[in-house]
Amino acid sequence: MSLPRAAAEPLSPARAGGDAESIARPPSRGERLADVAFRGACVTLAWATIATVVVVVARIGWTAAPAVREHGLAFLAGTTWDANRGTFGILPAIVGTMYTSCLGLALGALFGVAIAIFLAEHFLARGLEMLLAMLEGAERAAASTLPGRCEDALRVVIELLAAIPSVVYGLWGIFVVIPAVRGPAAWLSDHLGWLPIFSTKLSGPGILPASIVLAIMVLPTITAVSRDALVAVPPKLREAAFGLGATRWEAILGVLVPTASTGIFGAVILGFGRALGETMALAMLAGNANVLSWSVFSPANTLAALLANHFPEAGTVEVGALMYAALVLLAMTLAVNVAGALLLQRAAKAMHGIR
Amino acid sequence: MSSAPPISAGDVDLVDLERSLRKPRSLLSWALSLATGVMTLAALFPLFSVLYLLVVRGGARLGLAVFTELPPAALMPGGGFGNAIVGTLVIVGLATLLSVPIGILGAVYVAELGPDTRTATTVRFCAKLLTGLPSILAGVFAFAAVVAVTGRFSAPAGGVALAVLMLPIVLLTAEEALRSVPPRMREAALGLGATRTQMVLRIVLPSALPGVLTGVMLAVARAAGETAPLIFTALFSDFWISNSAPVFVPKAIDDLMKPTPTLAVLIYNFSGSPFENQVELAWTAALVLVFIVLLVNVTGQRLARWSARS
Repeated sequence: MSLPRAAAEPLSPARAGGDAESIARPPSRGERLADVAFRGACVTLAWATIATVVVVVARIGWTAAPAVREHGLAFLAGTTWDANRGTFGILPAIVGTMYTSCLGLALGALFGVAIAIFLAEHFLARGLEMLLAMLEGAERAAASTLPGRCEDALRVVIELLAAIPSVVYGLWGIFVVIPAVRGPAAWLSDHLGWLPIFSTKLSGPGILPASIVLAIMVLPTITAVSRDALVAVPPKLREAAFGLGATRWEAILGVLVPTASTGIFGAVILGFGRALGETMALAMLAGNANVLSWSVFSPANTLAALLANHFPEAGTVEVGALMYAALVLLAMTLAVNVAGALLLQRAAKAMHGIR
Repeated sequence: MSSAPPISAGDVDLVDLERSLRKPRSLLSWALSLATGVMTLAALFPLFSVLYLLVVRGGARLGLAVFTELPPAALMPGGGFGNAIVGTLVIVGLATLLSVPIGILGAVYVAELGPDTRTATTVRFCAKLLTGLPSILAGVFAFAAVVAVTGRFSAPAGGVALAVLMLPIVLLTAEEALRSVPPRMREAALGLGATRTQMVLRIVLPSALPGVLTGVMLAVARAAGETAPLIFTALFSDFWISNSAPVFVPKAIDDLMKPTPTLAVLIYNFSGSPFENQVELAWTAALVLVFIVLLVNVTGQRLARWSARS
């Protein structure tokens, strides 16, 4: 620890004007001036954070304003995007965004909540404990530290999932997920083609591979937040359930998950916010086609992918339309994120009542 | 609730409490446990698949050449992405210079100088809003604010976009780190006649430093992997950042004010390429990028653990 030295240095008796009795002294004029300047800098930079949000929203809104005036609400319902004829519509992109996000979220939430339960209930540790007990009799000494360690290791691995850049997932999706789903997709569209969701053939990129990769990307967020919600459930509730004779899963599904449900729902909403704004995986895997289709094998477009694909080569007119699309995306994610944050806040408050 | 009659021992059929796989409820519980375990394993599969492919496909081309050569054109053999590594460092460096001072000093205000003011609450709320901002919208903002104004794609435009994404991470982690410094240290400093500034700069910030650095590291790791905000702000370039030797050091403003390549955008551009050579390079670039990101991330987490111990 370097702290005591750092603290004592400026205040040592030798430098405090020779007053050997006390190391304390009032600040000098220069120090007071420096104090005012530093505080001013901190306040300014704190305001700079607020200004960033305001400027980001205002700048996007302001640049989009001419396009909003020109295209009006018809922009939201239009189905063609043709820069040469100046016709812009983002209905397929909005629908595609919602479709891929919901499908990805459904998959991600299913697995994410399962892993959260797995982590919060120390399944891994118990499994290993059982294994150890079988191998060398009851090993109680190791058991006490085992749950924490196993959970930490698994959590680190899940966090690694979150650290991998989305463009790498996109690359992986192109070379692993698309070939892997091709076979099952062909079978499904041949045999169950009368169902609207399997009505087209998978020709490479499409909604399904994009949603699978999206699910992997929202998984860490959902797992981390819902695990926190599950761990926050007071142990006495679980003990009461066990005391009444509930099996482990009756306790989990009947008591723990309902108690943590607001938190878990908040986690899902936060994951939804992430899925809506995710760009690279979708730009690389969804197929970038303005198609409206129920089929999960059909190529599609999303707002974020539309921006990523059209911005680099856009002319002035198209940039205006893209700014409008960005504004729509901003409004959607903002609404979802605020809803998620409010839910989590309510979950925290509700938990206070139980304790 | 209180109206329910109390349960007496005679009401409970003890057979219902028996635990054995022959009982449906025990069997269901056991099956669900198994299902959860299988799902957890299944969710780990992508991670190992990604890492495996990165090492196998990316490692195949790894060598000195990829760090020193320029990206190959279509149908050209060999090549590398030295310029993209330099570009990534330059753009992330610019973003760090922009976001870290604002983030740390903003956090000092929020945690130390005015923790209960309305400004602090607003700053915290804004930082949380920024955390949820889709990265592509940071790019749209930088496009409107920098590219449209200067009239060209440039490294600073990419830096601004990444800085918007880094700022909330730096600020919120720094705030948390500052808060974890025990109050008695502040009181001791103030009691000895230190100004608030001296207290912050000599006592609070030094002891919160590992936590603050963790936030910076996490932000840098996130920024280095971001692609979406760079595609139309920094764009890409097949050339070195500077025209005169050494070509990998930017020497003038003009070197920065032009399209700048990054690893992430290179992976994006080459991933859809029909040419095997470019696809191979995309995998190698992905390996290098993931290595950099994980290295920064792990360093940051080490720091966090180290700070938790001291």
